[in-house]
Amino acid sequence: MLDLKRIPIGAWIGLILTALFLICALFAPWLAPHGNGEVVGDVWAPMSAQNWLGTDNLGRDLLSRMIYGARITIFIAVLATALSFSLGAILGFTAAVVGGWFDTLMSRFVDLLMSIPTLIFGLVVLSVLPSTVATLILVMGLLDSTRVYRLSRAVAVDINVMDFVEAAKLRGEGMGWIIFREILPNALSPLVSELGLRFIYAVLFLSALSFLGLGVQPPDADWGGMVKENKDGIVFGIPAALIPAAAIALLAISVNLVADWVLNRTADLKGGRGNG
Amino acid sequence: MARRPTGNPNSDTLLDIRNLRIEARVYPPGEQPKTVTLVHDVSLSLKKGKVLGLIGESGAGKSTIGLSSMAYGRGGVRITGGEVVLNGRDILKLGSGGIRAVRGREVCYVAQSAAAAFNPAHKLMDQVVEATLLHGVASRGEAEKRARALFRKLSLPDPDNIGSRYPHQVSGGQLQRVMTAMALCSEPDLIVFDEPTTALDVTTQIDVLAAIKDAIRDTHVAALYITHDLAVVAQVADEIMVLRHGRMVEWGGTRQIIKEPRQEYTNALVSVNEIDHEEHVPKGTPLLSVSEVTAAYGGGAVKVLKNVSVDIHPGQTLAVVGESGSGKSTLARAITGLLPPQQGSVTFDGRRLSSRLADRPKEDLRQLQMIYQMADVAMNPRHTVGTIIGRPLEFYFGMRGRERDARVAELLDKIEMGKGFLDRYPAELSGGQKQRVGIARALAAKPKLIICDEVTSALDPLVANGILKLLLELQQEEKVAYLFITHDLATVRSIADAIAVMYRGEVVRYGPKKQVLTPPFDAYTDLLLSSVPEMEIGWLEKAIAGRRMQSAGN
Repeated sequence: MLDLKRIPIGAWIGLILTALFLICALFAPWLAPHGNGEVVGDVWAPMSAQNWLGTDNLGRDLLSRMIYGARITIFIAVLATALSFSLGAILGFTAAVVGGWFDTLMSRFVDLLMSIPTLIFGLVVLSVLPSTVATLILVMGLLDSTRVYRLSRAVAVDINVMDFVEAAKLRGEGMGWIIFREILPNALSPLVSELGLRFIYAVLFLSALSFLGLGVQPPDADWGGMVKENKDGIVFGIPAALIPAAAIALLAISVNLVADWVLNRTADLKGGRGNG
Repeated sequence: MARRPTGNPNSDTLLDIRNLRIEARVYPPGEQPKTVTLVHDVSLSLKKGKVLGLIGESGAGKSTIGLSSMAYGRGGVRITGGEVVLNGRDILKLGSGGIRAVRGREVCYVAQSAAAAFNPAHKLMDQVVEATLLHGVASRGEAEKRARALFRKLSLPDPDNIGSRYPHQVSGGQLQRVMTAMALCSEPDLIVFDEPTTALDVTTQIDVLAAIKDAIRDTHVAALYITHDLAVVAQVADEIMVLRHGRMVEWGGTRQIIKEPRQEYTNALVSVNEIDHEEHVPKGTPLLSVSEVTAAYGGGAVKVLKNVSVDIHPGQTLAVVGESGSGKSTLARAITGLLPPQQGSVTFDGRRLSSRLADRPKEDLRQLQMIYQMADVAMNPRHTVGTIIGRPLEFYFGMRGRERDARVAELLDKIEMGKGFLDRYPAELSGGQKQRVGIARALAAKPKLIICDEVTSALDPLVANGILKLLLELQQEEKVAYLFITHDLATVRSIADAIAVMYRGEVVRYGPKKQVLTPPFDAYTDLLLSSVPEMEIGWLEKAIAGRRMQSAGN
């Protein structure tokens, strides 16, 4: 079904880079030449044979930090996206199918949440709650799920009025079947491409939080935190802060390329088999 | 095989299409992309002021040929061979600027669905005169004057002011006539009518048809009239060309085609819809009894059903007939519980049905199944045929695995489709096949009553005929009763045992088929019956003259 020759070049680049990032994240302890918190040399040492990317503000190997940082960044972003998607999609679909007061209540509540700028909301909540990875994931996931809720409700409302859903209701099918077997397969293509975008937003949001000091706490660091640690070096012409920043950008672009391709591939709303 | 109807092409030939070949590239799932030929070397010619009817089933290439007269190929379709000579020059060689000068000036187009073809954000008048102004044919004042004259000629209500309305403010039949005015406004030499009346009710169709015919006669414009309804084209066309699979089957004068068709396929088209169905006498207690049902939308604001009472007897067919907006589909929704009636009751098999769908036991749901008009949206596009037919078996009878598969195969056999269709998705089926799958899904529940909501109206006549025959056969085998909703009286004749005629939410005539279709008629039934196009030249004028009332949609 999937013809490798017909994948466009942009998608190839995206796929390869995304795969590289994922490999780094999964096998960090085996790939990294040094430990995450291990001090190996001078502060802000330049790139050398021992330290390919140089060292950071405390003399830790930047390459190893980057690899561990990939693991932390992607781990948190993936979990937060997964949470926002399961929560947002299920609630959105339910609101569309049930309708009535449930829909109104949920939608207005989501409007309320969305009317507050996400970053400010996140900052306030995170400065009150204890700074653990679990809280971080929970807060990010909940805030993001409002966006997913809106999209999935909008998509599901359209599908819900189709004759095949009516036929299922006439048959007496329960809510579970209608949501997961009738609506979900048809809502999948916009949701999958949204998944990619939301993942990138999660990465960017996490980076912003860490940069502001409310995200991942030292000695661990995600890429945003590493930008923060090394930002003072920029004044002295030391590129250590730019490397994690570039990694964030690269990850965002490559996931975007993949999401674009998935959207194009599944944009054919005729159903059945997607076109190669 | 087909003869040229009149002499050799001479100076008054307006359009001359020679050996037209049209191709498109398709991307079938799981296969290499390939080029298919949609139109194989079709030639036709049209004299000034004459009307040529192009007829055939869907996929015959009639619209594709019609659009080629404007050098246009729809959706990736390419004109790869032949010539389209309009007013003495081959417009395929004109280049994009030249073609733009031809479109809307020399050739105009009237689309099937006027509702979809008009821009909802602009007033009708602006859209009607747009092409005229663009080509600099007339000034705005002149063009609007011309448009108003055309509105009057096409007997639109309030011709002086209708132009300031938006498309959603006029009815479907009126919109179709406004579109005809739009096409005529720039005084073109040729108009392509692409199924202009197919989406309309029979009672509205007759008005639009008469308006189009008068307009063609008075303006001396030539026309290509595309339709799948031979009876309709017989009213307006001077000549008819029958197409099938992109090839010409027969070409001749209108009288010759409908009276003495030379090809077998034309003959099949002419004699379609002739199913002899002997009506059954109602006996015993009715299976479904609708009594005094009143239903409304918008919390009682808009009453769409008023005191409707009908009965259906076991194993028999009740046809509910009426134009759109008469409440036929709402009746089905009230019976199924999708729209709980405000008053009245529905008795099924001796017990009273709960008015709300959610309160009904599974057994009631099983015994009352439904088949939809649009088969492609009635089935989940992401489910295979096997899942679609198999789900009721799982759901109602708890069948699993091999037992279920065997039953699905049996059902596929019943609807005259083979086991090979098990893994197909709805998008990979033809219209008729989709409708058959819809029937199989309903049958899988072993119901006592199936509600058929306009099941054949989206299909070509020959395919629809096959579906009707299948439904009748299945009724014999399974002893299932049908509530058959339709606006097509020819269908009613071939399938019904009893008929209920609905008009604006009320049953105006109800009884056994023979009784309902025997005079004396009430005014509305008479209008319905007399509006069904007959395959007879001059029928239109006779029908218009003999009408006793206007249709509701006009």
